[in-house]
Amino acid sequence: MKKNTEENNTLYKSKLFVPKASSRPETTPDFSHIVPPAPSESFKPDVLSDAIDMQSLAYGLVRVLGDDHLAAGPWISDLSTDKLLLGLKKMMHVRAFDERMFKMQRQGKLSFYIKSTGEEAVSIAQGMALKNSDMLFPSYRQQGLLFARDHNVVDLMSQCLSNAKDNLKGRQMPIMYSAKKHNFFSISGNLATQYSQAVGWAMASAYKGEDNIAASWVGDGTTAAADVYHALVFSSTYKAPVILNVVNNQWAISTPQSFASAGTTFAARSIGFSIPGIRVDGNDFLAVYAVTQWAAQRARQGGGPTFIELYTYRTEGHSTSDNPDAYRGKDEAKYWPLGDPIERLKNHLIAIGAWDENQHSALAQSLEQSVTRDWKEALAQGSLDNGPHWPLASMFDDVFEQTPTHLINQSQQIEEA
Amino acid sequence: MAKMNMIQALNSAMDSCMELDQNVLVMGEDVGYFGGVFRCTDGLYKKYGAHRALDMPIAEGGIMGVAIGMGVNGLRPIVEIQFSDYIYPAVDQIVSELARLRHRSGGEYFAPIVIRTPCGGGIRGGQTHSQSPEAFFTHACGLKTVMPSNPYDAKGLLTAAIESNDPVIFFEPKRIYNGPFDGNHQQAASAWNTHPLGEVPEEHYSIEIGKASVLQSGDDVTIITYGNMVHVAQGAINNSQINAELIDIRTLIPLDIETIKASVKKTGRCVIVHEATLTSGFGAEILSQVQEHCFWHLKAPIERVTGWDTPYPHAFEWQYFPSQKRITDAMTRTLESN
Repeated sequence: MKKNTEENNTLYKSKLFVPKASSRPETTPDFSHIVPPAPSESFKPDVLSDAIDMQSLAYGLVRVLGDDHLAAGPWISDLSTDKLLLGLKKMMHVRAFDERMFKMQRQGKLSFYIKSTGEEAVSIAQGMALKNSDMLFPSYRQQGLLFARDHNVVDLMSQCLSNAKDNLKGRQMPIMYSAKKHNFFSISGNLATQYSQAVGWAMASAYKGEDNIAASWVGDGTTAAADVYHALVFSSTYKAPVILNVVNNQWAISTPQSFASAGTTFAARSIGFSIPGIRVDGNDFLAVYAVTQWAAQRARQGGGPTFIELYTYRTEGHSTSDNPDAYRGKDEAKYWPLGDPIERLKNHLIAIGAWDENQHSALAQSLEQSVTRDWKEALAQGSLDNGPHWPLASMFDDVFEQTPTHLINQSQQIEEA
Repeated sequence: MAKMNMIQALNSAMDSCMELDQNVLVMGEDVGYFGGVFRCTDGLYKKYGAHRALDMPIAEGGIMGVAIGMGVNGLRPIVEIQFSDYIYPAVDQIVSELARLRHRSGGEYFAPIVIRTPCGGGIRGGQTHSQSPEAFFTHACGLKTVMPSNPYDAKGLLTAAIESNDPVIFFEPKRIYNGPFDGNHQQAASAWNTHPLGEVPEEHYSIEIGKASVLQSGDDVTIITYGNMVHVAQGAINNSQINAELIDIRTLIPLDIETIKASVKKTGRCVIVHEATLTSGFGAEILSQVQEHCFWHLKAPIERVTGWDTPYPHAFEWQYFPSQKRITDAMTRTLESN
């Protein structure tokens, strides 16, 4: 009997495999396996090419900015210097906004906050590459899209403060924005649900014969959710004009991307669905813009969905509720081989003679002053702790289009209590 | 007036809404070319085309997510979930997204979707084709919850649901698709063409969501029910000497508590009947509200007759399906209690 068991043990080779992180507090970060390719190593297919003819893009890394800070390769687009300067300014604005809001959370003025530090190129470049009539279905770290569409900063702060000017009437946690006038969908907290919704929105656009497209974002960790699979199946089946983005910032709170990537790239997931999958350097503003522009053109011309993996890095914690030093190597961000999106665009603009260090620091300073002014104005409209808020009974509004009797009764009870 | 069964009445409601508004479409598994496994969307594919009677991959969660996006973009999707037993993969999209979208976005966004789904047993469907999950959805704030019991109401309520800017979950008791069923499974099945509520106008009409229907007035006891059980309760009343008042609530959310209150205050006795399981069933909510509003008028404890707290058993279907006898016994107990 014993002998038998021993034999079985030697035959039985399967062991439960648990993926490893890029680093933990007790190890030194090591990204040496990431060797960024030169911009010239990529190729740019025709926008209506078959997905099968561009599979290598799912395993490569589209880049435009080279180590010399100059633009090169097949993905150079028609971005003007003015537009690049605008992109730089908007990325710096988001960073200044995030800094201010993070500090305000630490001072107890906000219940919660999520920064997008290190990922600003994703939202700003993608937002600028789309038309304002295109519908955005974001996750929680795409506040840059609202800056790309010139949303009022005081209004964003008022949402985070749940004050009397909050367009969401005090119903949502900070950063769960909704901005219909900017075609920015209401952010959920249930991850990935927006992905198949974006596909449905895009299908409706095609149904009505309109040329607006939809775009949606999830993080690397969220790709594990069924809604992502649904979005891929449905968008492929109906050739929905949609751009499905995966922001691979390497971390899902404390869980590394290896728990969802299946040992390959996220972009590769598109291959079985006959959807073009493109992996792009998410910290390269010019590359992100060019890839998004390509996908938008494809969608508008009836080519259907594109799946884009934005390869980037979450420089800070997931939110104000976690300390990254508890689960990843100290200063892992410094080891990240693809740099910082603002620094890289700045260096490019300096290299082409359109910008200098003095202008840069003056702009940073003026944006810092601008968000400070905006914060004071927002705070004057009230805060979560001290009000004023929306009227109490307003919480019974919008459950239904017309408030039914049982909710009217409850709103009277809450006023009497 | 035409004679219609429930399937024809539902089909007629969808047809007339699709004719009036090109943003209305039906979508789901097998609803297009084939016309639905219960034939409710029969003919719509031929009349309106593949894009308006839209066949979909087998993924209820995906269907719901896509429908929400369509609704946000101005369409009015009628989603068929083939059996309500299959609705659970879509619950996150229904409860966390669809139901709360208008509220969470401060009124900026909404999705005017109807979810049609056959429910209930009595069709030898076992535990995966017989469930009555309506109570789950009444607990999510923001969904109107409807269950008609006859062809006339089915068409009028479905029309109102399609025209509503709120999401509506619309349960169709499949045992009564083809005829009213009084619970006596050994008798030959009856058809809707001899029933007064099988008379259905061919033209467009709607019935306000949130209004109960008093099907029979009486003085001794109030029976509050909906769906399949309306006909079983009617049979129990017909076969007894009891002068009962029969209320078909038709809509669970919003609940027409005024009609219920007026009746129970008159009779002082109340029996609540549904096919769904007992514990945390919608009967518990009705019972609670009756107690709050009518306590001093009650002459007897409120009774509930429901399915048992077990999965729906294939072999013991007729012991599970609430019978006329159980309803009669409950009415009798309330009358004897003094």
